[in-house]
Amino acid sequence: MSNNNDDHDDAEITPHEQQLPDRFVNPGLPAHQHRMADTDPKAAKRAERQVATLFTLSMAGTLLLLIAYFAVKLEYADLSFYEAANRLRLSNQLLGGGLAIALLGIGAGAVHWAKTLMPDEERVEYRHMQRGTDEERADAVSILQQGADESGIARRPLIRNTLIGAMALFPIPALVLLRDTGPMPGNKLSTTFWKTGMRIERDQPGGGALKASDLTIGSVVHVMPEGIEKTEHPLEERAKAAVLLIRLEEDLIAAEAEPGSYHGIVAYSKICTHVGCPVALYEQRTHHLLCPCHQSTFDVTQNCKVIFGPAKRPLPQLAITVDAEGYLVAKAPFSEAVGPSFWERG
Amino acid sequence: MTTTSTSPAAGVGNYLDERIGASKLTKTFARKIFPDHWSFMLGEIALYSFIILLLTGTFLTFFFIPSTGVTTYTGPYIPLQGQEVSEAFNSTMKLSFEVRGGLLLRQIHHWAALIFVVATIVHMFRIFFTGAFRKPRELNWMIGVTLALLAIIEGFLGYSLPDDLLSGNGLRIANGIVLAIPVVGSYVSFFLFGGEFPGEAFIPRIYTIHVLLIPGIMLALITFHLILVVVHKHTQYPGPGRTNDNVVGYPLFPIYTAKAGGFFFIVFGVTTVMAAFFTVNPIWLYGSYDPSPIGAGAQPDFYMGFLDGAVRLMPGFTEITAFGYTLSLNIAIAALVMPGIITTAAIAYPAIEAWATGDKREHHLLDRPRNVPTRTGLGMMALTFYVLLWISGGNDIIATHLHASINDITYSLRALVFILPPLVYVITKRICLGLQRKDREKVLHGRETGRVFRTEDGEVFELHAPLSAEDRWLLVQFENNYPVELEPATDASGVRRPHGLLDGMRQKLSRFYFEDRVEPVTPAELVAAQHHGHEELSASGGDKPAVTAGAGTSTH
Amino acid sequence: MTALAARRRHPLATALLVLLGLVITGAAYAAVLPGSADAAGTVTQDVAAGRKLFLANCSTCHGKNAEGRKEAPSLIGVGAAAVDFQVGTGRMPLAQNGPQAPQAPVRLTDQEISDLAAYVASLAPGPAIPDAAAVDPSTGDPSRGTLIFRTNCAMCHGAAGKGGALTRGKYAPSLTGSTNTHIYEAMVTGPQSMPVFNDMTIDPQAKRDVIAYLDTINQTPNPGGLSLGRIGPVSEGLVAWLVGLGLLLGFAVWLGAKSS
Repeated sequence: MSNNNDDHDDAEITPHEQQLPDRFVNPGLPAHQHRMADTDPKAAKRAERQVATLFTLSMAGTLLLLIAYFAVKLEYADLSFYEAANRLRLSNQLLGGGLAIALLGIGAGAVHWAKTLMPDEERVEYRHMQRGTDEERADAVSILQQGADESGIARRPLIRNTLIGAMALFPIPALVLLRDTGPMPGNKLSTTFWKTGMRIERDQPGGGALKASDLTIGSVVHVMPEGIEKTEHPLEERAKAAVLLIRLEEDLIAAEAEPGSYHGIVAYSKICTHVGCPVALYEQRTHHLLCPCHQSTFDVTQNCKVIFGPAKRPLPQLAITVDAEGYLVAKAPFSEAVGPSFWERG
Repeated sequence: MTTTSTSPAAGVGNYLDERIGASKLTKTFARKIFPDHWSFMLGEIALYSFIILLLTGTFLTFFFIPSTGVTTYTGPYIPLQGQEVSEAFNSTMKLSFEVRGGLLLRQIHHWAALIFVVATIVHMFRIFFTGAFRKPRELNWMIGVTLALLAIIEGFLGYSLPDDLLSGNGLRIANGIVLAIPVVGSYVSFFLFGGEFPGEAFIPRIYTIHVLLIPGIMLALITFHLILVVVHKHTQYPGPGRTNDNVVGYPLFPIYTAKAGGFFFIVFGVTTVMAAFFTVNPIWLYGSYDPSPIGAGAQPDFYMGFLDGAVRLMPGFTEITAFGYTLSLNIAIAALVMPGIITTAAIAYPAIEAWATGDKREHHLLDRPRNVPTRTGLGMMALTFYVLLWISGGNDIIATHLHASINDITYSLRALVFILPPLVYVITKRICLGLQRKDREKVLHGRETGRVFRTEDGEVFELHAPLSAEDRWLLVQFENNYPVELEPATDASGVRRPHGLLDGMRQKLSRFYFEDRVEPVTPAELVAAQHHGHEELSASGGDKPAVTAGAGTSTH
Repeated sequence: MTALAARRRHPLATALLVLLGLVITGAAYAAVLPGSADAAGTVTQDVAAGRKLFLANCSTCHGKNAEGRKEAPSLIGVGAAAVDFQVGTGRMPLAQNGPQAPQAPVRLTDQEISDLAAYVASLAPGPAIPDAAAVDPSTGDPSRGTLIFRTNCAMCHGAAGKGGALTRGKYAPSLTGSTNTHIYEAMVTGPQSMPVFNDMTIDPQAKRDVIAYLDTINQTPNPGGLSLGRIGPVSEGLVAWLVGLGLLLGFAVWLGAKSS
């Protein structure tokens, strides 16, 4: 820090109290320090070589990319899956590595050039106030006033008022044209695909209906109503009709859930009543259902009441029974809307 | 002016000058001075990331099909073979696995998006802590906050395009949040999604918004943002030779052409390194979106983490049902009201601080954060709040990796989010004031050298080297603001003044800001300290005396 | 002086000596320690020996006749598969109380596990230990397995089977490193918090498909580079901040610094 060669000794300055300024003054730009490349031509040459090396490295990188692009083909027909993944990984790394070297070479070279060889003496530029001079402001004001006078808008309120009316109205179609971006909700949010007597099927490739005896205590099966795949909008229906079948000890089922249960098997909507993620995590021992998105937790032994987390409403129960052949079916559709709450839900 | 040489460069120069006045442009812009500091590169990182996003994104659009139409996956990724997937997902898989450079460019695009937001956040906080948002740059600050918001939305839409299981569940959550809007929620949801969720309209619509609408708006805002930087000239850190009326640095051509131009290649290169060696958004592991399954670790990209965290922390009892209507305050407060308040507070901050200072001057010298303790404290408080919400968004990952209970983590964060920010404010402010006092000590008594001196009488003390004029200047140059003095709300006769209430609030705010302060050392104080101190041995102290007889600002 | 002796003061000499010492110690240790038992060894099933083991290791919590106590469930009907899984992964005998029994070093030998399993199986009918054919991934369809896995397993174990959080400190563990037999047994017996996926709800072929899926993704290298844990955007964000910002700030500081 004190590497200046001036021997001025601050401690010995005799102050003239009345001549001390209130505040320190700006000492001005510090003395310029030369870089090696400024004074030593060999250092400058070395810097030049370094910059050139970096630029050459960049060229090599581009070459690597081009070679890799044509040499590593993404043709997997004769490869095992493991080899295929490795081939793609290699391609990614070689193309990426080549491109990175190509780019970093140029960047580092340019920066190093500026740092070592371009002049680094600090220069000063002066700022101007953003505002105009008082004259310019006065001129601007008079221009605006004159222009307003020439337009006559102040003297012709009829023009002004109808102009305001026209400008206010014309943007409205922009909003109205958005009306057909979607249908009215109607009662879509309150109904699902489930109907009385619909068979409950496994949500798996191959599907398959279920009998009560297929579930043991501690089982959970992800199910869908039969025929949902053949609808016109299967994903939209699945987004509301996803249900969990759970079997637990009969005496653990809540009293209000008992009528809709069947021999210890209960069915609840899988769509979280918070913001709609699938509440798919079932903890067998505690009989809790956990939603992985925001950790809302529902207790199956309390009719899926919320016991933790940001959800409020319990998961709706799907009343179930068995049909004549012993397969589990829905006893009735959901008695309330499934999924996230909305204003008119009730 | 006639051309006197016939070189090609002269030909081009002449052509451009005669058509667009290139010589005048060159005169005005080529030697513009920009100051040098690494923290000024943060905005550049964001800018260059944006350009990288535009370039790589264009390539991606050549292969991506923005459609939810169902097709069968027949590509090389065995675990997905034969499955029914959407065209959007299929085209992204094809781009990744069957197009040379496709996976690389997809990953560059995603890493660039992450780095874009990272740089924007750090840049925003740098601007805040150094006071670069003050007059005349308030407009630029507002443009910047808007750009940050747009970047977050743009990123969310971008990673939702491949229609995979993880991002699809994110869209489900977005749909649930829209449904929670009071009165019109279900209508807005059906208009946005073209019907029920997921619908067939949403992917094509967010494609247009992501590829055309938001990039267009951002390009315009970024251009205006940069024009303002040129018009206002860049701010600079205080130091010897730097005043509020000048800019000290290096010229645009050739220094910054090389440095800033080179930095673009460096940003691009670093992003490419990450894309070459780190996997990002492996959609093949998630599979095509279906509303029934979900994977553990359901998080959005980090920049949405604060919203997700807020939603996780809200307790459920805040949803109210009455008269047949449901008001989901648990969702509305976390996902709609909170970000609205944060954005408004951010945009309004320059005006709030200007109101408290009553300062109408232009500011081109940056503040050292320690010299503005209240602002720094408020900024750290906001940062703490944001970071706590962000951490909440990953509470299940924290639970699995630290073997903790996710419920305990959530309860703790619910409390911390209110307790920690004010605590951080107080601690930060105290630290700033302490650092300022330390600066004063340094000026008055010099730098500790670590050399111990013993006099003949046995007195032992540490040598302090007085600061050079340049080093001292940095510590004493700042100007404090003082609480505004306004007339009381009622005058001597008890008559209420107009705006009296507002003035009263202003006075309170101003006192809150500037009551606690440390004054910079004055020459008189330094002289007084020198009289007291025997321990300052003569050491060369700067090439300019600290005290100049005669007035006059240094104009060097 | 030999060439070796002449180099005895070489800087690398110390490192080499330490390395040599470590190798010798390691070899000696490996030779002395009993090796791990073969997976498909010739273990017998001695119910009587199993009962003795049960009384020594399990009855304190599970009751003298495996009828269960307040702190531990009944083991009547859990089958040999449950024992093979719990004891074979070291979860049981439970070392210390916590939110759940974590995977731990296995404390019984294969023979002992087999005897114990035979004893518990003798108490009441339950799922048997699957044979090698039942858990053979080459007979499973990884694509079908993907669909079954993500509907039934991914929400707890993660899309790539890297684990996930449950409530109150419980968790679904990572599936990397689990044997195919243990995966099958866990599905069919539903250990601790895990639900029971018996053979009627997820049939044996479907279970093999799931095993094939896990086998495939665990063997497959990450095409994009380092996997960052396969836990999703959280680790990606962390890398963006630490690696991305770190590297770029490093370059920025270099750019702004004065050259020597």
